[in-house]
Amino acid sequence: MTEPLLEVDDIRLSFKGVRAIDGVSFHVDEGELFAIIGPNGAGKTSIFNTINQVYVPQEGDIRWRGESLMGKRPDHIATLGIARTFQNIELFPHMTVLDNLMLGRHTQMSAGWFAGGLWLGRAKKEELENRSKVEDIIDFLEIESWRKYPVALLPYGIQKRVELGRALAMEPKLLLLDEPVAGMNLEETEDMARFILDIREELGIAMLLVEHDMGLVMDIADRVMVLDFGQKIAEGPPAQVQRNPEVIKAYLGEDFGVVAAGDDETLEASATE
Amino acid sequence: MRGRPHLFTSYEGEQSLLPTWTQRVMLALFLVLLVTIPLQFVPGVQFLGSDSWLLVLNRVMIYAIGALGINILTGLAGQVSLGHAFFMGIGAYTAVVLGAPASDRFWGMGLPIWIWLPAAGIVAAIVGIIVAPTAVRVRGLYLAIVTLGLVFIGEHLFRNLTFITGGAGLGRDWPELAFRFWKEEEPLIDFSSRGPWFGIEFSGAAKTYFFMLVLLILFTLWHKNLARTRIGRAFQSIRDRDIAAEVMGVADAKNKLRAFAISSFFAGVAGALLGALVGRLVPETWNLLLSVQFVAIILIGGAGTTAGTLLGSFFVVAIPRMVEDLTRMLSVQVRTDGPFAWLGDFIIADQGDFGLVSTVANGPGLSIFQTNLALYGFLIIIFLIFEPLGLFGVWIRIRNYWKGWPFSY
Ligand SMILES: Nc1ncnc2c1ncn2[C@@H]1O[C@H](COP(=O)(O)OP(=O)(O)O)[C@@H](O)[C@H]1O
Ligand SMILES: [Mg+2]
Repeated sequence: MTEPLLEVDDIRLSFKGVRAIDGVSFHVDEGELFAIIGPNGAGKTSIFNTINQVYVPQEGDIRWRGESLMGKRPDHIATLGIARTFQNIELFPHMTVLDNLMLGRHTQMSAGWFAGGLWLGRAKKEELENRSKVEDIIDFLEIESWRKYPVALLPYGIQKRVELGRALAMEPKLLLLDEPVAGMNLEETEDMARFILDIREELGIAMLLVEHDMGLVMDIADRVMVLDFGQKIAEGPPAQVQRNPEVIKAYLGEDFGVVAAGDDETLEASATE
Repeated sequence: MRGRPHLFTSYEGEQSLLPTWTQRVMLALFLVLLVTIPLQFVPGVQFLGSDSWLLVLNRVMIYAIGALGINILTGLAGQVSLGHAFFMGIGAYTAVVLGAPASDRFWGMGLPIWIWLPAAGIVAAIVGIIVAPTAVRVRGLYLAIVTLGLVFIGEHLFRNLTFITGGAGLGRDWPELAFRFWKEEEPLIDFSSRGPWFGIEFSGAAKTYFFMLVLLILFTLWHKNLARTRIGRAFQSIRDRDIAAEVMGVADAKNKLRAFAISSFFAGVAGALLGALVGRLVPETWNLLLSVQFVAIILIGGAGTTAGTLLGSFFVVAIPRMVEDLTRMLSVQVRTDGPFAWLGDFIIADQGDFGLVSTVANGPGLSIFQTNLALYGFLIIIFLIFEPLGLFGVWIRIRNYWKGWPFSY
C-alpha cells in the first residue's frame, strides 16, 4: 500500500478552553480531492492552520509523506509543497497581481539580495523564467487585464482567483482551499469550480477543500469529511455521506439537498428579519 | 492543447527598468541636467551650481543614500526604525578609525577610501545583524521604541569613546574624499579640493558633487533592483501580511534580519560620507532628530518607492536652505521697501513688530531653525492626512492629469 500524502492523526487544539479541534483524524492521498464540510465554527479553518503550523495542536500528529510536520516553521512547510488560500483573502494588498504571483514563486527561486540587487545575469534569467510560469497561470485563470493592478483595487471575485493563482504559482503537491467560493455569485462559483476541476485534471494536484457550498462539494469531491464542534461525525464518498442520518441531523437539518450559493443570501436575509 | 490567444509573452522588454522610450529619453535628459549643474550653463538652474548650493546638493545625495536604506527597512519591509542615526554613526566612526591618520589622542589607520567606505557599510550591517534578532521580535510601535533605545545607547557610547569620536562637543577630523592606492602622499583623484579635471577648473564642492552623484546612482540601482526581485518582494509581503507571507514560504525572522542588515549598510555608508563631506562632526550629530529626518524623508517622499525617496531627500535637506534664502530675501525687501515688503512685514519679525520668523538673534518669533522644525512637522502631518503616497503620489496624479488632458477633470 502506498503511503498517503498527508496524514492527520488524532489532533486536538484548544484556545483558552475553547475546543476548536477535538480529536480529528483523516488522510489525503496523492491526486485526491478531499473535502471538509461543517457549520461555522466547526474547526475547519483551524485544521488548515495546524497543517501550516500557524497553530500547533496540543496533541496528535500531522505527517507529510510519513514525516512529522509538528514544530516545523510555516515557511519550511511551504517548501515541502503545501500551498493554501484563505477564507478571508490574505493577498498582499499593496503589491500588484504580478508581484503577488511572483511571490508565490519565492520557494522556487533562489536569487539573494546580492544577485538581485545587482541584477546579475543569474537573477535576471531566473526572473524571466519564473515570469513565464506566472504568465501561464494568469492566462489559465483569465486575469490578464488585471496583472498590473495592486490587488487591493480588484473586485472580490477576482481577488479570490488571484489568491488561487498565488497558491498555484508555488507548484504545490497539495493545495488547501478554504471556502474558495464563499460570497460569490452563481457565475463566479461556476468559474471557480471549473478552475478547481481543471487543476485536478491538468495538473493532478491533490486538494483539501473546505466549503460551505454543499452543491459544489457533492459535485467535485472524491471523499468528504463532516465536522461538527471540532469532531468528525462522518467520512466517505459524497453520495454515502449525504445519506448518513447523523449528518442530516447534525449539519444539514432541513436544508438537506443542494444549497446553491445564491440561496445563502435569502437565508441571511430571512435571518436578519 | 487549447489555443492561448491571451498568453502574454513579451515580458522580457517589460522587465527592463525603463520599458518605454519616453522614459529612457526623459531619464537621459535628467541625468545630463544633473551632470551639468556644476558647469552652470543650463538656464534656470544655474544657481544650483554655486558652491553653497552644491554643498546642499551634496548633502542631499548623502541623505538620499541613507534614505534609500531606511526605505528598504521601513518602506519595503514595513519595519519602522528610529535607529538609523545610530547605524550612520557606526559607519562614520568605522570610517574615521580606518581612514583618518592616528594621533596621540585618537585612533586612526590612515587607510584609503576603497577600504574605509565599504567597511563603514559592512561594519554597520554587522551591528545591524547583531541587534536584529532582538528587534524583529517586536513590531510596530514597539520596534520604533526599541530602535529609539539604540540611538540613546549610541549617543552615550559616542560621547564617551573619545579616542574614536573626539568626545562631546569637540569631535575630530574625518578622512578627506580622495582616492589613493595606499598611503601615498599625492592622491590619484582628489574629490574635495579645487583643481582642473580634463582641462576644466572645478571647485572642491563640484568634484565632491560628481563623486556623490556616481555613488547615488549606484545605490539607487541597487535599491531599485532589490525592490523588484525575489528578496524585495519577500520584504513587501512581510510588510503587507506577515502570516500569509510565512505560509507562502517567506522566512519571517530571516528576511527582517536581511532588511536590517541592508538598511544598516546604506546607513553606514551615508554616515561615513557625511563625516567626510563636513570634515569634522561632533558625537551629538547621530541623534534622534537625524533619525526623525529620515522617517520624514520617506513619509514626505512616499514610502516604498525609489523616486519618492529621492524626492523626499531633496525636500527635507534643501528646505532649510530655501527657508533661509527666502527669509533673507524678504528681510532685504523690508529694509529696501521692495515690492514684496508687505509679505516680509507679515512674516519677518525683526523690528519687534508682529511676525512669524526672526532673522536676528533673540528676536521675537521663531528662529530659522525652529521654523524648519515646525515646517517638517507640518509637512509630515499634511502628507499623512492628504497624500499617504507622498510626493510620489502627487507626481503620479500630475502625470495622470496630463495623460488624460484635455479630458482630465
Ligand atoms: N485564534 C483563535 N483564537 C481563539 N479562538 C479561535 C481562534 N481561531 C479559531 N478559534 C475558535 O475555534 C473554533 C473553530 O473556528 P474555525 O476553525 O475558524 O471554524 P470554521 O472554519 O469551521 O468556521 C471557533 O469556536 C473559533 O472561535
Ligand atoms: Mg473557516
